[in-house]
Amino acid sequence: MGLFDYFRSPPSKSAALAKERLQIIVAHERGSRRSSPDYLPALKKELLEVVRKYVPIDQSQVKVHLDREGGYEILELNITLPDEEQRLGQPR
Amino acid sequence: MATVIVVTSGKGGVGKTTTSASFATGLALRGFRTAVIDFDVGLRNLDLIMGCERRVVYDFINVINNEANLNQALIRDKRVENLYILPASQTRDKEALTKDGVEKILNELKQSFEYIVCDSPAGIERGALMALYYADEALVVTNPEVSSVRDSDRILGILASRSRRAEQGDAPVKEHLVLARYAPERANRGDMLTMQDVLEILGIPLLGVIPESQAVLQSSNAGVPVILEEGSDAGAAYGDLVDRFLGKDLPHRFIESQKKGFLKRLFGGS
Repeated sequence: MGLFDYFRSPPSKSAALAKERLQIIVAHERGSRRSSPDYLPALKKELLEVVRKYVPIDQSQVKVHLDREGGYEILELNITLPDEEQRLGQPR
Repeated sequence: MATVIVVTSGKGGVGKTTTSASFATGLALRGFRTAVIDFDVGLRNLDLIMGCERRVVYDFINVINNEANLNQALIRDKRVENLYILPASQTRDKEALTKDGVEKILNELKQSFEYIVCDSPAGIERGALMALYYADEALVVTNPEVSSVRDSDRILGILASRSRRAEQGDAPVKEHLVLARYAPERANRGDMLTMQDVLEILGIPLLGVIPESQAVLQSSNAGVPVILEEGSDAGAAYGDLVDRFLGKDLPHRFIESQKKGFLKRLFGGS
């Protein structure tokens, strides 16, 4: 800091900006790190087996998705059942 | 029981090797048998910082490949008793580091050392992953700067998911923050992230603050770990850091800006 700086207008608070940017990016990256736990494939497989006991479906008809929103984790399961006609043709 | 400590950061050039050298030297000065290992295969530098570069004969990879035994490769420090350096290979590539090979050497070192300090290379490639895999504790070296803080957070994620402790479901690696190259005047002016900012973002306990210091370059020029420069600010900060690691409750120093007189403010000098 020299003579010139002494009379200069107060400096910008760039550190505050750095902190804000970091808080956002770090929160985002921590979120994506945890968004796909390794139990999801196994969960999907077991669900498929359970549903198959009652309804004939295949792999592609089960969709498992995990979302994070704020402090919550939302596990979304989407199982598409086959048409009624197809099902009637199958033995129970 | 020996403790394995990794010195890591993600980002390069933040002070990992400086910290490894001073931390290991500090532990040895306090009477603990200490080995410090350079994991930066292909870019070894710990030997230069510790001033033993001309005494390297065998290296870490030679021992992993059974081309030399551990006692042949370990370099005994000439200044400090109880301190040994295991240099990295300068010629091999980092694929030579294997989990089994590293484990074998750490197990052998554990027989005769109390602390084993692993100086990690930058990045998150094999060398860095191997350096942290067997760690019991981690010193995460961070500069008060956006890219360093972000990379430190990433390394914390890796410690929590890919270390052996994480994989085996043991107690997690104990994390310590080392805030290096800190300039309190700039932080006070709002030009630099403050110590509190970094702590708030990373959320791990602070082990020490190392001030930005001329002594660090001067001591690396001479090949002397800066902790041995007792009159210097950075040397004193590393001394405190080691004492805190060993359980002493010391207040943090070098975190307030020095009061400047009117003339000094007017005519410069920092």
